[in-house]
Amino acid sequence: MTETTTSAPRRGVPLWAQVVIWVFLVGLLAIVALGLRRAQQGTVQPGQKLNNFTLPLYSGYQVDGKSQISLEDLRGKVVVVNFWASWCKPCEQEAADMQQAWKDYEPTGKVVFLGADYVDTEPEARVYLKKFGITYANGPDLATRVSQYFRIKGVPETYFIDQNGVLKYVQIGPFTSPDEIHAQIDPLLNDQ
Amino acid sequence: MRSRITSYVLLFTVILTGLWVLPVSAQAPTPSDDDVNRIARQLYCPVCENTPLDVCPTEACRQWRELIRTMLSQGKSEAEIKQYFVDHYGARVLDEPPNRLVSYLVPAVIILLGVLLLVRGFQMWMKPSKAEANPAAKEPEQSSDPYIAKLEEELKKQK
Repeated sequence: MTETTTSAPRRGVPLWAQVVIWVFLVGLLAIVALGLRRAQQGTVQPGQKLNNFTLPLYSGYQVDGKSQISLEDLRGKVVVVNFWASWCKPCEQEAADMQQAWKDYEPTGKVVFLGADYVDTEPEARVYLKKFGITYANGPDLATRVSQYFRIKGVPETYFIDQNGVLKYVQIGPFTSPDEIHAQIDPLLNDQ
Repeated sequence: MRSRITSYVLLFTVILTGLWVLPVSAQAPTPSDDDVNRIARQLYCPVCENTPLDVCPTEACRQWRELIRTMLSQGKSEAEIKQYFVDHYGARVLDEPPNRLVSYLVPAVIILLGVLLLVRGFQMWMKPSKAEANPAAKEPEQSSDPYIAKLEEELKKQK
């Protein structure tokens, strides 16, 4: 009995195609990983020096007659950025407290409050501002550029930035009293 | 005299009617829900996940639908309204990507490239090599054994 051996036909994807496929797959995985990392990253963290951002302002809620304001314009002052929306019920809980805190610090000239109106309509936003008697600077977060920079997870969220543009504290959810707001601002003023 | 009074009354009536009608004729009709939803279904809620604006039940969506109605009543076109939403809430509110050339060309090229690679790979996988396809054309291997080599040489001569 003779044993016959037949070699299997040579099959395979050419090397260049394999390289392209692997590069494509690795690229796809990298994009997915970056997306997941960003999703798990949370908001910008305290201690981080913030890049400049610009917020357009509603007429009647401008600072020194400027129709928009940049973080760089506010160097040397404590900046409180509050993200809110007229459709946001928890925002209503803190609206009066935010205004009260603003009235407390306004005469010092050392603190600036900025309301960033998140995906809202201007007519409804104005009704909200009027309803709660808000007088500090407010404007729409156009195309969600500012909220994307802060990587907010919802509204309300409030960010406390010191005189050097360093983020010091992040409040997720509403404040329940003006004292809670004072507790974040006073140490920043005393540090100077 | 009587006809003159009648004329004055008629004139007065016409003026009054004109005053009453003018403001009404200047006012545009209120856009219907269908008009609003025609645009709303092309937009997505910026705060909810994957919910078209026309069926989104949240308060925010109700406000945006009202905004569409207001803009329609102001005579804004569909394109102008969509652009307003993109400017204010970002391109993610659109049901279709805004830049058609880049948004459609890049995926199309990638898909085409993938299909070509698959087809090419499949062809290479299925097609045996030339030698395997035509065993007769295969060159006989030179044996290292001198006896076998001699035997093969003799066999060749007999052919």
